[in-house]
Amino acid sequence: MTTPPRDLAFLRGLTQSRTRSSLTRRDALRLGGLSAAALGLAACGVQGKKVEPPKPSAAAGYWADKKKNGVLRWANWPLYMEKKGNSYPTLEAFTKDTGIQVTYQEAIQDNSTWFGKIQPQLAAGQDIGFDMMVMTNGIHLGRAMALGYLVPLDHSKLPTFNANVGAKYKNPSYDPGNAYTVPWQSGLTGIAYNPKYVDGDITSIQELWNPKYKGKVGMMLDAQEIANFALFALGVDPDKSVQADWEKAGQKLQQQRDAGLVRKYYENDYVDALVRGDIWMCMAWSGDIYQQIAEGQDLKFVVPEEGATIWTDNMCIPKTAQNPVDALAMMDYVYKPEIAAHLAEYITYITPVPAAQEVIKADAAKASGDDKKALELAATSPLIFPSESDMARLRSYKSLTPAEEKAFEGIFQPITQG
Amino acid sequence: MRQKIAPYLLILPGGLWLLCFLVVPLVFMASVSTQEGDVVNGFVQTFHLANFGNALGEYKTQFLRSAGYGLAGTALTILLAYPVAYWIAFKAGARKSTYLLLVLLPFFVSFVLRTVSWKFLLADDGILLQPLKDVGLLPADFHVLQTTVAVIGGLTYNYLPFMVLPIYVALERVDPRVVEAAQDLYATRRDSFLRIVLPLSLPGVFAGVLMTFVPMTADYVNASILGGPANTMIGNIIQTEYLVNNDYPAGAALSFILMAAMLIGIFAYAKALGTENVLEAAAR
Repeated sequence: MTTPPRDLAFLRGLTQSRTRSSLTRRDALRLGGLSAAALGLAACGVQGKKVEPPKPSAAAGYWADKKKNGVLRWANWPLYMEKKGNSYPTLEAFTKDTGIQVTYQEAIQDNSTWFGKIQPQLAAGQDIGFDMMVMTNGIHLGRAMALGYLVPLDHSKLPTFNANVGAKYKNPSYDPGNAYTVPWQSGLTGIAYNPKYVDGDITSIQELWNPKYKGKVGMMLDAQEIANFALFALGVDPDKSVQADWEKAGQKLQQQRDAGLVRKYYENDYVDALVRGDIWMCMAWSGDIYQQIAEGQDLKFVVPEEGATIWTDNMCIPKTAQNPVDALAMMDYVYKPEIAAHLAEYITYITPVPAAQEVIKADAAKASGDDKKALELAATSPLIFPSESDMARLRSYKSLTPAEEKAFEGIFQPITQG
Repeated sequence: MRQKIAPYLLILPGGLWLLCFLVVPLVFMASVSTQEGDVVNGFVQTFHLANFGNALGEYKTQFLRSAGYGLAGTALTILLAYPVAYWIAFKAGARKSTYLLLVLLPFFVSFVLRTVSWKFLLADDGILLQPLKDVGLLPADFHVLQTTVAVIGGLTYNYLPFMVLPIYVALERVDPRVVEAAQDLYATRRDSFLRIVLPLSLPGVFAGVLMTFVPMTADYVNASILGGPANTMIGNIIQTEYLVNNDYPAGAALSFILMAAMLIGIFAYAKALGTENVLEAAAR
C-alpha cells in the first residue's frame, strides 16, 4: 500500500474535481428549470469521459473514513437469492448476525440495460440507489471498471472470502487480485439438447454445425458467447485469440447461418424454445437447464470436448454507494460454507465455495422424500460442482479494449442481427 | 386582455412538455449523431457526418426490411380494420360502444405478453401446427415462428386498433343523408360506397396509417420475439447500438435517418392522396 494521503487526494480528484466543469454545466441547466432536459442529456451519457480507475492501492484511502450504517441496498438478478414465501432466509440470518438491514431488489435483468441505467448517474456522481450490485464479467463490467465506477475492495475485511473461495474462482483475468469484485455465482455456457429429437450423446461443438439439425439449432445473441463457441470449434483459445481468429470465427458462424441451421439467436428465451421443441439443440446456461431437469424435463447439458465458457456474476460496490462498509460485510458473509450451500441449493448455478458440497451432502442425508432427491442431485451435479476434467476445458470471455470491442462487435453483430 | 393571454396559458403545459421531452432531446441527439469516440474515452463533437453514411451503408438491409414490414403490416391492418370499422359504424346499431370495447379489449393486456402468447400459439409442436402436422397437411419441419410471416402478423395484430378507431370515427361522421341522396340519384350500392363513403373516410384511413406505419416501422419487440436471424428490423439495431454497444453516435445517426425517411414517406403519401395538409387531415 502506498501512502494514504496521496491516495485520498487521488480519490477525491476522481470522484469530484475532474468532472467538475461538466457538473456545473449540468447544474446550471438544472437551475434554468430544464432539469428534464438535463436528464435527457445525462441519459445519453456523452459526459462519460474516461477517468483513471483508482489503483487497488487506493482502497485504504477510500475505506479510511467509511463507517458501518446498519443498512444495505442490494441490486441483484431475479431468482438469485434463496426465498421462502416472501422472505429471504439468508438475508434475515445476515441481519441477525450483523445488525445490518437489507433492502434486496431484483433490479437487474441484463448487463447492458443495467449499465445503461446506472451509467449517467455514476458519471454525474449521484447515488444509484444501491450499495452493491451484481454484474457478469464481460464488456459492461469492464467498462464500469475502466470508468472508475467501482470501489476498490478492502481485502482485510474479507477474511471469509480469502479462506473459503476456491482457488479457481479467485484472481480472475478480468479483475486481477479481485481488486473490485468478488464472485457471487458462476455458470457454464455449454450445449443443451433434447434427447427426444437428438440421437446419441452429443459431445462435440461441431454438432451445432451438423446439417441434420437444420433449422433446429439455437445460438445465443450475445457477441461474446457465440464468438467463444466459434473459436472453440476452430480450436482457438478465446483468451489468446486475435482479430484474425475472430474473422475466421465470424465466417464459421456466417456459414452456419447461411446453411439455415440457426433457428434464432436467443437471449434468455431459448429455454422455452427448447422445451417446446422449436429447437432441438442450443447454446445454454448450466443453471437454466439444471432447473428444467430438476423439474422433470428430459434435457441434457454437456460441456463440449473442444471447450466451453465459464462466466461469473460478481458482487461489486458502485463508487457512489452510501453504505459501502455494510456491502463489504455482505461480500464476506456469503462465503460461509453453510450460507453458500443454502444459496447453491436454491440458485443451482456454480458456487465459488467448494466446501458447500459437503454441507449439501449433509443436508441431503438429513432430508427426506422429494427434498432429499433434489439435494442429492444438487450435491453430485457436475453443473453445480464441475468436475476437474470439465473445469480444465472452461475458458472466460476475452477482455477487450474499446478499440477491440468495436472490431469484435463489427464482426459478430452483423451475423446475429443480419 | 385576459382573453388574449388565456390561450397561451392553456398551451403552456403541453408546450413545455414538448420542449423538455421532444425538442431538447432531439437537438441533443442531433449533436450526438455527429460525435466520435467510445463510451470509455468519451465522445467528442467533431461534426463527423460520416456517421450517417456509415450507418446507412452498414444497415440498409434492415432499413429496407423495416419499411417493407411497415408497409405490409399497414396494408394488412387497413384490409382487416376497414370492414370492422364499417360494420361497427353502420350496422352495429345501439351496441356500437360494446363492439368498440371488444376491439380494444385485448389491449388491456400488456403488449409484450400479447406478443409472447403468439409464441405459444404458433410453436412448432403447438396447438395450431401440431394437429395440422399430424394429419399430414403440413410437413414435419414446417414452422411459422422466426419467419417474416410471424413478424408481420405480430405487427398487424398489435397495431390493429390504431387503424380501426380512426376509420370508425371517420365513417361515423358520414352523414347518412348523403348516402340516401346517392341512392335517390340511382347510384348502385357499390357506387355510393366507392364515390361517397370511401372518399369521406379517407382522412380516417390516413390518420390510421400515420398511427400504424410509423410505430410499426420503428418497432423492435415483434422482430425480437417472433423473428429469426433474417428478420432483424432497424429498431433492433438501434437498441443494440444504444444498450449493448453504447455506441451513441451510431444509434443517434440511425434514429435520424429513420425519422427523415418516415417524414419523407408520410408527406409523399399525403401528396399522393391529395391531402394537402397532413396535420389537418390527421386531426379530423
